[in-house]
Amino acid sequence: MTTPALSLKNLSKSFGPAKIINDVTLDIAKGERHAIIGPNGAGKSTLFNLISGLYVPTSGTVSLNGTLISGVPPHEINRMGLSRSFQVSNIFANMTVRENVRCGVLHSLGQGYSFWKNIGTQKDVNAKTFEVMEHCGLLDKANTPAALLPYADQRSLEIAITIAGGADVILLDEPTAGMSHSETDRAVDLIARATEGKTLVIVEHDMGVIFNLADRISVLVYGEIIASAPPSEIRGDPKVREAYLGDEALPEEVV
Amino acid sequence: MSNATTTIESLQPSSAAKFRQRTLPILIFAAVIFAIPMTDPSRTMYSLMHQIGINIVFALSYNMILGKAGLLSFGHAVYFGLGGYFCMHVLGWIEDGVGPFGNYPVFFLPLLGFGGGALAGAVIGWPSCRKAGTTFAMISLGVAELIAAAGFMFDSLFGGEEGISGDRMNGPEMFGLSLGPIDEVYWFIAFWTVVGVIGMFAFTRTPLGKLSEATRDNPQRVQFIGYNPQQVRYLVFIIAGGFAGMAGGMAAVNYEIFTPESLSLIPSGFVLIMAYVGGITYFAGPIMGAILLTYMQSMMSDFTEAWLLYLGLMFVAIVMYAPRGIAGIVFGFVDGIRGGNAGAYFTAWIIRLVGCLLMLLGAIVLIEMSVRWSNGYGEVFEPFGLHLGHTNVLTWILIIVPLVAGGYILRRASREEEEGAA
Repeated sequence: MTTPALSLKNLSKSFGPAKIINDVTLDIAKGERHAIIGPNGAGKSTLFNLISGLYVPTSGTVSLNGTLISGVPPHEINRMGLSRSFQVSNIFANMTVRENVRCGVLHSLGQGYSFWKNIGTQKDVNAKTFEVMEHCGLLDKANTPAALLPYADQRSLEIAITIAGGADVILLDEPTAGMSHSETDRAVDLIARATEGKTLVIVEHDMGVIFNLADRISVLVYGEIIASAPPSEIRGDPKVREAYLGDEALPEEVV
Repeated sequence: MSNATTTIESLQPSSAAKFRQRTLPILIFAAVIFAIPMTDPSRTMYSLMHQIGINIVFALSYNMILGKAGLLSFGHAVYFGLGGYFCMHVLGWIEDGVGPFGNYPVFFLPLLGFGGGALAGAVIGWPSCRKAGTTFAMISLGVAELIAAAGFMFDSLFGGEEGISGDRMNGPEMFGLSLGPIDEVYWFIAFWTVVGVIGMFAFTRTPLGKLSEATRDNPQRVQFIGYNPQQVRYLVFIIAGGFAGMAGGMAAVNYEIFTPESLSLIPSGFVLIMAYVGGITYFAGPIMGAILLTYMQSMMSDFTEAWLLYLGLMFVAIVMYAPRGIAGIVFGFVDGIRGGNAGAYFTAWIIRLVGCLLMLLGAIVLIEMSVRWSNGYGEVFEPFGLHLGHTNVLTWILIIVPLVAGGYILRRASREEEEGAA
C-alpha cells in the first residue's frame, strides 16, 4: 500500500472545554479529490487550520506523505508541498495581481529571502507567474491592484496564489462561497484544471460543486466524521441525510 | 484586451515607462546635486544641504519598516545613533592610527555606520520582530528609552552629556578630498545620499523587498506561500537599521560630534514625522518629507519661535486630511492634470488651495499674536507695517474671517466632490 498524501490519526482539538475536533481519523490518497462537508460550526475550518499548521492539535497527528507535520510551523508545511486557500479572500490587497502571484511562486523557485537580486529580471519567476495567471484567467487583470478586483476574480486570485507554489496537496476552503451560478461554474472549471494530478481537499457548501468534483466525501458533524465514502454512497446514507442534509433535496444525477 | 496579445513582456513596464519612472528621476537628482555647488552656496546653505542629505537617507531607512513592512517604530534613532557613535569611535582610532580601523579612509565611514546600525538592528530586532502591531511599537519605545538612558550613563562609550567629538581630516584621502572645507564634505554627503537612495530603491525591487510588502498586507498569507513573516520582518529590520546607521555615519563625518541626544525619542519622533508628512506609501515620499522638514527646522526657527507649533499643525493636518502625504498631493495633482478633465480639476484644485491659504493666514495671525501676548514682553506682531496686538479689533477680524471663509470654501469643495463622484 502506498503512503497516503494526507493522513489524520485520532486528531482532536479543544479550545478550553469546547471540543471542536473529536478523534478524527482520515486517509486521503495521492491524487484523490476529497470533499469535506458538514453543517455550520461542524469544525471544517478548524480541521483545515490543524492540517495546515495554523493550530497545533490537542492530541493526535497529521502526516503529509508519511512525514509527521503536526506542530510544524505553517511556512515549513507549505514548503513540504501543502498549500491552502481561505474562506475569506486572503490576498495582498495593496499589490497588483501579478505581484500577488509572483509572491506565491518565489519560494518554490528557490528565491528565498534574497535581497541581492532584482525581482523584475528573474526569468523563471516571470515565466512561472505568467503561466499561473494564464491558467487562472487573470492575464487581462495582471496590473490591476488586487483590492480593486471584483469578488469572483479575488477568489480566482486566491486560488492562483494557492497553486502558484506548485504544492501537490491543495486545501481549498469554500472556494465558491458567495459566487453567482455562472461564476461558480467557472470556478469549478478552474479548480478542476488547476488541481489536475494533485491531491485536493475541499470544504464546500454548494452540493453541486461537491458532487461534480469529489471522488470521496467526508461528512463532519460536531467535530466527528460520521461517514466517508464516494458521492453515490453518501447520497443514500440515511445518517448523513439526517445529520446534515435534513430536508434539503440532493441534486439528482449531476452530469 | 484579449489574451492572445498578452505576453510576458507586455505585462512588464515598457522601457519608456521604466525610463520615466526610474532613470529620469535619478538623472534629475544627479543634475540637482551637480548644480548646487555651481550656485556658490553660503556656508549656511551647505550645512542645510548636508543635513537634508543625511535626513533623506535616515527617513528612507525609516520608511523601509514603516511604509514597506508596516512596522511602527518609535525608536529608529537608536540605529542612527549607534551607527554614528561607532563611526565617532573609528574617527578617534583613525586619528591615533590604532586598531583594525587605524588606517581606514574617513570617506568610507558610512559603510561602517551601516555595519554598526545593522548589528544593532540584529541584536534589538531579534526579540522585537516576533510581534508586529502595537507590541512592536511598544517594544521599540522601551528600547529607545533604554538606549537613550544608557547613553547618558556609560561615559566611555557615549561621552556623557557633551558626547564624543572627533576630527574628519585624518587617515588616507580618497578621491583627492581632504574633507576639510565644507564644499569637499558636500561631495561626501552627495555620494552617500545617492548610494543610500539607489540602494534602498533597489531593495524595493528584490524578492525580500516584495515579501516585506506582502507581510505588511497579510502576514498570515505569507506563511502559506512558504515564508516566515517573523523572519521577513527581522531581515528588513536589520537592513533598515543598517541604512539608518549609514545616515549616522554621514552625520558623524559632517558634524564631527555625537551626543546621547541623537539616540533619544526626539530624533525618533522627527524621522517618523518626516516620513509620514512626505508620504509613506511612495518611495519618494520620505525624500520630500526630509527636504521640507529639514528646511523648516533650520530656516523657520529664524522667522518664528512658534515653528514647532506649525510643524505639529502640519503633521495633524496631513494625518487627518492627506494621509498619503506631500507625495500623495504632488502625484495626485500630476495624475489629475494628466487625466481627462484637466481644466475642471485645476479649478477645483485652485479653489482648495485658496481655502487652505486662507485658513493658514488666520492660523498664522492667531499663533503669532498669541505667542507674543503670552510672552508678556509687550512685543507685538507687526507684519507689513500692521500693528496686530491682542487688543486690536483688526487682529481678530484677520483671524476669524480667513478661518471661517477658508473652512467654508474647503467644506463646499469637498461636498461638491462627493456629489460629483456620486
